[in-house]
Amino acid sequence: MPDTAPASIAALDRHGIAARIARDIPEGWYVNLGIGIPTLVAEHVPLQREVIFHSENGVLGVGPSPAPGAVNPWLINAGKQPVTLRPGGAFIHHADSFAIIRGNHLDLCVLGAFEVAENGDIANWATGKNDAASAVGGAMDLAVGAKRLWVAMEHTTKDGMPRLVERCTYPLTASGAVKRVYTNLAMLEITPRGFVVLEMVRGLDFEQLQRSTGAQLFHPE
Amino acid sequence: MIDKFVDSMAEAMAGIRDGSVVLLGGFGQVGQPDALIDGLIAQGAKDLTVVANNAGTGHTGLARLMELRRVRRIVCSFPRSAGSVVFEALYSAGEIELEIVPQGTLAERIRAAGAGIAAFFTPTAVGTRLAEGKEQREINGRTYVLESALAGDVALVEAWRADRFGNLTYRESARNFNPIMATAAKLTIVQTQQTILAGSLHPEVIVTPGIFVDRVLHVPYAMQTEMGGPDA
Repeated sequence: MPDTAPASIAALDRHGIAARIARDIPEGWYVNLGIGIPTLVAEHVPLQREVIFHSENGVLGVGPSPAPGAVNPWLINAGKQPVTLRPGGAFIHHADSFAIIRGNHLDLCVLGAFEVAENGDIANWATGKNDAASAVGGAMDLAVGAKRLWVAMEHTTKDGMPRLVERCTYPLTASGAVKRVYTNLAMLEITPRGFVVLEMVRGLDFEQLQRSTGAQLFHPE
Repeated sequence: MIDKFVDSMAEAMAGIRDGSVVLLGGFGQVGQPDALIDGLIAQGAKDLTVVANNAGTGHTGLARLMELRRVRRIVCSFPRSAGSVVFEALYSAGEIELEIVPQGTLAERIRAAGAGIAAFFTPTAVGTRLAEGKEQREINGRTYVLESALAGDVALVEAWRADRFGNLTYRESARNFNPIMATAAKLTIVQTQQTILAGSLHPEVIVTPGIFVDRVLHVPYAMQTEMGGPDA
């Protein structure tokens, strides 16, 4: 990615993006984390900060991965990885779990994405129009149901193509849903004007970020 | 005396017809009624519609049922996952029909069927290709899509404990789709890890009351983990 992340730019790795998101999650929030970079966010929220993680498969109070040898085969997250339960946690069935999601009870959902558009559209479940067997899972419910939808993603594809765009080219997961995007290069808010850059990594200037982005960027007002 | 326990798999599976809509509890492997799925394989019903979150893995259980060409159609939210090789092969060969449903819409369609609700408006999938061709309505300034109830002829459920009335509890995240599947079929068949004397399950902890359950088969297979079960 010569155009987007030369050595002088302190681009974040996956854990760096997750840690940056974790800083913005206050105590008391109920949070659902999608698969990929979002799952890593939980590792960066200190245990003493009481954030309650929800998983679509009916777990409230998801805790860290179990130690090897202490895996409980009955307790998994939505990514089907073994997890633990924090004190105060609860199990619920699937209809209640999605009542939590769709009913606007979650303070935050963090999802990964292939593309995010300047109007808040998100595409994260299917890569092509002919790919009819793509797995949607709970992404469409999460994207419309949580109080806030943040996206964690690389700013560009591996080939350097922008993933923050004017309009999504992949099939949508939800329209107008994304509030913030955290990438390896920047943190951006989606406003009626479009993408507003709130932070950039060290060594990167606004024009460089603009060149890696497929939509117009704005400074905060 | 009411006694929903059955003594054999054959008795549990009796009467399941070709062309049935079969609801399967479970999320991935957890909470999946594996023994009952094997029982259905042995029972022989074909031309089935299966409703489940996933489309099976490896060559056992649901994947085996599909491999034997017994499933005409599958309704699920997440067909493609690690090891869903049988589904992938059948789907690319055009030998299985697929209906993709967002996971929350899937759960609510099943819940609605069990609750006597014919259809409902949901905000999920509005503006996406999964809402194409469906009725939409603006209510209080927001657009919703109409989704219909999804009922089963048969539900296969995995419980943790059961009594002869068919009262059930579940274990940890193995609860998932099981309680709603139990409400939404004409015939609900349960496999349970443990049986318990009627009256011994505290009424406050029963998750699925026996009114939703027709048959219970005792299939103990779980190893006790260090954490133990809900009764440990």
